[in-house]
Formats: sequence, structure tokens, C-alpha cells
Amino acid sequence: MRLELIKRPQRSMLFSALSPFIAFMLTIIAGAILFALLGVNPLKAFQIYFIEPVSQVWQLHELAIKAAPLILIGVGLSVCYRANIWNIGAEGQFILGGIVGSIIPVLFPQFEGPLVLPLMLLFGMVGGAAYATVPALLKTRFNTNEILTSLMLVYVAQLFLDWLVRGPWRDPKGFNFPQTIQFNDSAILPELMPASGRANWGFVFALVAAVLVWILMSRMLKGFEVRVLGSSPRAGRFAGFGINRMVFFAFMLSGALAGLAGISEVSGAIGQLQPVISPGYGFTAIIVAFLGRLNPLGIVAAGLVLALTYLGGEAVQSALGISDKVARVFQGMLLFFVLGCDTLIHYRIRLIGFATPKLEAAPKLEEVH
Amino acid sequence: MDITVNILLTIATAATPLLIAAIGELVVERSGVLNLGVEGMMIMGAVGGFGAGYLTGSPWIGLLAAIALGAVFSLLFAVMTLSLATNQVATGLSLTLLGLGLSGMMGTSFVGQPGARLPNLDIPGLTAIPVVGRLLFGQDPIFYISIALTAAVMWFLFKTRTGLTLRSIGDSHTSAHALGIHVIRYRYLAVIFGGACAGLAGGHLSLVYTPQWVENMTAGRGWIALALVVFASWRPWRVLAGAYIFGAVWIGQLHAQAFGIPVPSQLLSSLPYLATIVVLVLISRNKRLTMMNTPASLGQPFVPDR
Repeated sequence: MRLELIKRPQRSMLFSALSPFIAFMLTIIAGAILFALLGVNPLKAFQIYFIEPVSQVWQLHELAIKAAPLILIGVGLSVCYRANIWNIGAEGQFILGGIVGSIIPVLFPQFEGPLVLPLMLLFGMVGGAAYATVPALLKTRFNTNEILTSLMLVYVAQLFLDWLVRGPWRDPKGFNFPQTIQFNDSAILPELMPASGRANWGFVFALVAAVLVWILMSRMLKGFEVRVLGSSPRAGRFAGFGINRMVFFAFMLSGALAGLAGISEVSGAIGQLQPVISPGYGFTAIIVAFLGRLNPLGIVAAGLVLALTYLGGEAVQSALGISDKVARVFQGMLLFFVLGCDTLIHYRIRLIGFATPKLEAAPKLEEVH
Repeated sequence: MDITVNILLTIATAATPLLIAAIGELVVERSGVLNLGVEGMMIMGAVGGFGAGYLTGSPWIGLLAAIALGAVFSLLFAVMTLSLATNQVATGLSLTLLGLGLSGMMGTSFVGQPGARLPNLDIPGLTAIPVVGRLLFGQDPIFYISIALTAAVMWFLFKTRTGLTLRSIGDSHTSAHALGIHVIRYRYLAVIFGGACAGLAGGHLSLVYTPQWVENMTAGRGWIALALVVFASWRPWRVLAGAYIFGAVWIGQLHAQAFGIPVPSQLLSSLPYLATIVVLVLISRNKRLTMMNTPASLGQPFVPDR
């Protein structure tokens, strides 16, 4: 048996809308098999994985906390991927955003007031954008593959953060724990509704970023430029769009958003710098971007779904004793199925058995005439 | 003298997984497919090799399991990109993400357990020869496999008809298809070969290099292997040279850390990654040369028309 792809005359709007849902259903089925293999009743596991983590108001706040960085990064990455530019180093840009944004509260803790937070956020964005400029520069100047360079810089960023919190930035009164001082109150991102849960302004930033990038991509010339250069660089060149400028634009935009996510996470959910500040948000955001069909508004929904996989992973770990790595497995499967289902947008799939002849009989000449 | 031999031996041990994974990926890319899932296939090989070795007590079964798991895992990528014509970059990434998650889950109960180690070669009389004895006749079995594999791939790609066909597919799948060559079948086989190699490379990590299971123990080696292929301009013997250069960098920074050189250990640890970037810049700088060497249909999906 083999598959055969038959090109559709135009892209199917139906499958374009349906494919994330089909992918999600397939993930659930594969997940049920996985849970059964682990010796857990799948229904019970799904109850714990997908329902219980969002059954109370404070838990929705936790969902928003996890979704915020995923959406912020995912929205930025969607611009890159639309332009056919492969930034997969958002994790590193996130970390650099966290580090540069923390310069004020760590080195100048006596500096307080309403100016602190805006400056921190700005620094975070500059840090992320600057770090993303490196692969952009190497790509445009030296023709270097941006996938590999941006990924290598993730490892470098992780090690740099590790060095900072164990070395020069370590809290001198912190009993040798590898962490910086606790940020003072004016450096902490405020909570949205402290009465009901911990969700902070990071989620609002994510929503605003999604709307702004949506406007950019669908209503402005720059967005058109991104799409043209992504689907046909040759056409873009004839239109006078600069591919090099686009590389810088896409990398710096996504870097700035990842940096903003980084500093929001550090000053919101954590409150200080630690050796590890991200459970792989930068990589999970790649899945978010694709699940959201590279559309900023779709990415908001996808970010919430992927945030739920994180919470569910923690929930099954504490309730069923399954490794929380199950979350990563779910995320990986989801991306697989999304990519597979996207094939349906452009192709019809036909199964061909062994028995059927390889080629259909060509129409005889007489029949044609 | 003894120290030199020891250092050379450790360099060879560090270079071997890079070499095997890169040689496998080289064949894949020569067929025109870009599989960014090397890291994921490698970590699956590592966990599978360790697990099978630990459960059966035989590192040789571990070795076979590592190869098999890498190959099976790559089949997932092959079905997606070759049969369903999905985006190769995104699919490769998802293979890596899935592999890292799946291996972490499978390996939960292996953490902290002592593993089985593949024994080094020991030929009476030969291994005991001073200096060259241990270098030539006293290393782990996978080292010899890696060298043989490099030679075999060189011979296959450039001296056999099938190898020529494979390269022609990588340069123009449409022309190859028009000549009646079964593009998809060749590519399936190439991808599975690459997966088996990546699995073997992962098995080397958990059965020879550090016979234990640590989460994310590949530590970016799969990505470095990908960079090595670019660095080598898709030529096997250059992959060999590149892998040993990187093995030396890897060992060099470990030794520097052990000697307590007054440089932050994190800076030393980041050297292999920084070196990868520098090397990529140096090799890609000449745009025309890169264009000439890169398989022309690399990374482009192919759907046979009828």
C-alpha cells in the first residue's frame, strides 16, 4: 500500500480551517494509546490532563501565565516563518531578554519608581532583538545558515545565564544559591486581578502583540512584503523588496518579542534570575506558531492549548506519577499531526493498494476525439 | 607519551558520535532531503541503547537497539516529508522535539543506573604494542565502525552506480524522476540509513562515551553533526576531518576545565557551539562555492506527477 498525493487546483479553505482540529483529535487518539501503554486508564488520564488543570479560576490564571510567553514568541516566529526565515533560537533570545531586562533591578536595586518597569521591558526587548541580530548579520553578510547559528546561540545563552547567576550577579546574601537578589516591588510586573489569581500583565502584552502583528501582516505593506518574499523571493526582488532588510526585520521583531516574553517571565512569574528561566518556551513556541497556522490570532488560541499541555503534564506527574516529559511528547505529536494535516490543504490523498495497477490506462485516441 | 596517547584516544571517543551522525546525514542530504531531526534520532538511540543494554545486560543488544530505534524514528520523518510532502525544516524540528520528550519519558527509570559498556578491542600481542597498539587495536568497536562507515560511504557515493543515482536525485529530483528513477524510494532508504547512523551515534554516547543515561545527554551534538555536513561541503573525508577537529575542541575544553584555567567553566563549555558558528561562517562566506557544493534540490519537497 502506498500514498499518492494529487494536487488540488487551489488550496482548500475547508481543510485550512479544519486541519488544526483534526491534528488535535489525532493527538488525543495517539495520547490515549500512549497512556494505555503506560498502564493508565486513558479517560482518567485525559480528565486529569486536560480538564482538571482548568476547572478553577486560579488555574485559569496559571494558564494565562504559561500562555503569555508562548503567544509572544509564537507571534514573532510566525513573521519569520512566513518570510521563509528560520529563527529557531527564540529560546536564547528569551533568555537574553530576561538578562538584559534584569540589569536595572539586579545592578541598581536602589532605583525605584514608576519608570523602572517600562525601562526593564524596553531593555528586555533590546536584548532579545540584539541577540537575534547575530544570526541575521551572519546570514546576510556571510551567507551562514540561520537555523544552525540561531540554535547554537541558545546553548551559549543558557551557559551565559548560568555563569551570571553563579558568578557576578549572585545574591551575596543568598546562602550561595545560584540566583540573583529578589527584585524590589517596582521591578515586579503587577498582577491583573490579584483577588482571583497570579496572572500578570504579560498576558496583556501577548494579546496586544498578537493584534498588532495581525494588523501588520494583513493591513500593511510590510506584511505584504513578508508574504511575497516568503512565497516567492524572485517576485519580491522584482518588486524591489530587499531580502536582506527582511532578514533583519524578521529576526529583530521576533527577537524583541521573545526578549519581552523573557523579561515578563522573569519580572512577573519568577521575580529574580535563576540558572533556568524557561521550560523550553522558545521551542514550544515553534509548535504554537504552526498550530496557529502562522496567523497571529490563531496563535493566541494555539498558545492557550500548548499552555494547557504544560499544566496537564504537571498534573499527571503529581496525580499519576508519570514523568512530566509527557507534555513534551504531546507537544511533539501535535506538531507532527499539524504538519501532516496541512498536506490536505494542498493535496488530496489517495491510498493505492498493491493490487491496483500502477498507471491508469491512458484514454484511447478515438475516445478523445 | 602515554598522556598523548590518552588524549588522542579521548578525542577519538568524542569525535566518533559526531562522525557517525554526520556521515548518515551526509547521505540523506546528498539525496536532497534535509533532516533536522538528527538530535532527536540520536537521543532516541541513546535511550534505546542504554535501556536495552541495561535490561538485558548485553551492550551488544544495546547497540542493535540503538540502531533500530534511530531507524524506526527516522521512518516517521520519511513518511511525513516524502509521502505527505510536508515542510522538511518544520518536520525535522518536530522530530527533534518529539525525540527529546519521548526519550526523557522512556528514560525516567534509567536515571542514575549503572549501564553496560561496550568493551574495548583487545587483541593479544597487537594491543600491547607501545603507542600505536592502543590507538590502532585498543579502541571501542564503534570507533572501527565509524571509520569503516566513512570509507564505505565514500566508495558508495563516488564509485558505484547507485551512489551516482543518489547524488543525481539530490541535484535534480525532477530530472531523475523523468529518467524513471524511483526518487521517493531512494530517499526513503537514505533517510532510514541516516536514522540508523544517528541512532548508532546516540548508542555510542550511552554505551561507550558515558555508559549511563542522562536526560538531553546529546547536548546539541546532533546539531553540530548537521553543521559538520555543511562544513564538509558534503564530502565524507572532510566530515571525518571536521569531526576530529570538533572532538579535539570538545576534549580541549574539558581538559581546560579540569586543569582549573582561570576562565569561567561556562565559557569553556560554550566553545564547541561558538566554534560551530565560526566554522559555519568561514565555510559559507564564499557564496558561489557553497552554491556549487550544496545538493541543488536540498530541502525541497517532491511530489511525483503522473
